[in-house]
Amino acid sequence: MKAWRVSLLLLLVALVVVGAGCTKKESDVIKIGVFEPITGANAAGGQLEVEGIKLANKLYPEVLGKKVELVIADNKSDKVEAATAAARLVEKEKVTAIIGSWGSSLSMAAGDIVRQGKVPAVGASCTNPLVTAGNDYYFRVCFIDPFQGTVMANYAYSKLNARKAAIVQEVNNDYAVGLAKYFMDNFKALTGDENAIVAVANYNTGDQDFSAQLTNIKAQNPDVIFAPGNFTESALVISQARKLGINCPIIGGDTWETQEFLDIGQEAVEGVVFSTFFATEQPITAESAKFIEAYRKEYNKEPAAVAALGYDAYLLILDALKRSGSTDRVKLRDEIARTKNFEGAAGIITLDENGDAIKNAVIKVVKDGKFTYLDTIMPQ
Amino acid sequence: MAFDLFLQHLSNGISLGSLYALIAIGYTMVYGILRLINFAHGDIFMMATYFAFFGIVTFQIPWFITFPLVLVLTAALGMGVEAVAYRPLREAPKISILISAIGASFFLENLTIVLFGGVPKPFPAPKLFTDVVQIGTVSIQKLTFYIPVVTLLSLLGLVYLINKTKVGMAMRAVSMDQEAARVMGINIDHTIAFTFGLGSLLAAVGGIMWGMKFPQIQPLMGVIPGLKCFIAAVIGGIGNIGGAVIGGFILGIGEIMLVAFLPNLTGYRDAFAFVLLILILLYKPTGILGEKTAEKV
Repeated sequence: MKAWRVSLLLLLVALVVVGAGCTKKESDVIKIGVFEPITGANAAGGQLEVEGIKLANKLYPEVLGKKVELVIADNKSDKVEAATAAARLVEKEKVTAIIGSWGSSLSMAAGDIVRQGKVPAVGASCTNPLVTAGNDYYFRVCFIDPFQGTVMANYAYSKLNARKAAIVQEVNNDYAVGLAKYFMDNFKALTGDENAIVAVANYNTGDQDFSAQLTNIKAQNPDVIFAPGNFTESALVISQARKLGINCPIIGGDTWETQEFLDIGQEAVEGVVFSTFFATEQPITAESAKFIEAYRKEYNKEPAAVAALGYDAYLLILDALKRSGSTDRVKLRDEIARTKNFEGAAGIITLDENGDAIKNAVIKVVKDGKFTYLDTIMPQ
Repeated sequence: MAFDLFLQHLSNGISLGSLYALIAIGYTMVYGILRLINFAHGDIFMMATYFAFFGIVTFQIPWFITFPLVLVLTAALGMGVEAVAYRPLREAPKISILISAIGASFFLENLTIVLFGGVPKPFPAPKLFTDVVQIGTVSIQKLTFYIPVVTLLSLLGLVYLINKTKVGMAMRAVSMDQEAARVMGINIDHTIAFTFGLGSLLAAVGGIMWGMKFPQIQPLMGVIPGLKCFIAAVIGGIGNIGGAVIGGFILGIGEIMLVAFLPNLTGYRDAFAFVLLILILLYKPTGILGEKTAEKV
């Protein structure tokens, strides 16, 4: 019995060794790590980005005469798992660059790992300023929350004529708390009223019951509710708010743009307004048209903004690789930092000194169960 | 705080509390009979919501057919888990069975992720249940009235079954002394399998109600409700069915009131349940109704 087990073990070892021998040599492929939530609360957002990245890989499979291989690491929508997943990409897979992650908190969990491992990372839709601040190796192809907060505060003030706002934020999510703060600062400045924010309600990721918070908000009777957070919780917040008889406009941020937000919220999310990165109604570059057509063909649905950003992050890394002419990660980092007027699907990318893209914001509304383009806002 | 505002909070609390109570009943019943904390209870509850999702959304079966079907399937699943994870360990120390229960829980969670994906899905709640009734300035979902009724009916049905029927008598006998029960000609395996089936059926009722109230389902959705309902069962006196209902209400109303009156502590909402658990274990380990009933269940 024992001998039988030992021989089985030996066989397994032999298989692994042979298997390892079969894989292509390091120099034949360029590995790009895809660091996204594939499971857990943020999975829908992460999967949209992965779709964009995979499409880009399909359309542009080679650079510097080598094949680009995507290594997908699931960070499970969890900050601790995110650090593990990033470490795996850096230390075990030895990727040349990393794309991701959906969710600023998850990206921030990887910050030190990519910096110490000297692997350049390009975030697609993580908007919290702290993702790239003080980190030479983290970049992103989207705008950041101080801008997004201004956009939504302006919208609430001038388009909705709101003078009193309430906040519902996912309190353990850096993205939501940051965005809420920028919204509050701007909204107070616009109204000139220190007390313009009548209520701030918190909830945790994964909470399902928001009735107590919303009942308190209802008692304050705000003109608008700003509710940045993960799409599933947000959809539940909105539907519970409507059931409690809260009828004021509810607005939010880019994380809402997933099919699941519509499926879970159903008629309750009709009319909600949020800021995001890109709308298919407003293709910006030649690449946009190419992306939209290829995406529709590949996945048989309309592309979400974050899918376009995932696509752009991949293209941006390829472009920097071409310019640097080598797979050296430090050189690659320097080239990414020099990116100027790069034409991506979701707009033209110029990275500033922090590694953030300066871009327009798009405002969308949920109309007849679909995300519909409303407006484009330029950065000041 | 205005009175109508308080009423709204109270109705929210009762609604949440009765849901906790419903799930806690199943937890506590299995413990009462077998002295086993079935940690997979929350995951069986989660599976029930997926069964309902597939019935209504994928196969387009009307809800009034799907829901009974879900109950049957979930009961079968519970019996299956018992047969695979607990029955082989019947003679083993209690701690082994406990570990096996945790294993079963992780297995179900990860199986769901592999089979159905990690992305949350919408729960197809029939309109009939989710409509809102307006009483003065208080908005109450119809479901808020139904859940306590369902909880009460489940409670009465269970008490009747355990105290007045033959199989109930067998369950009580098994809970007192398995060996003696076997000697008296009771089929232990059948009785225990039945207990699990019944517990899982209650989990399915809870799952359906939960899904209608919070129409979003995902593989890990059973974890926190599972833990909270376990706490509710301990507060009420684990093994005591009436106690589980009381514990559920205390926990649900307590949570809502915590968030309502101390909004700054919202982030500690889940911690509230655990603090309550620690306090109960320190000062009254038998729970609120733990002492009164000498005979558990």
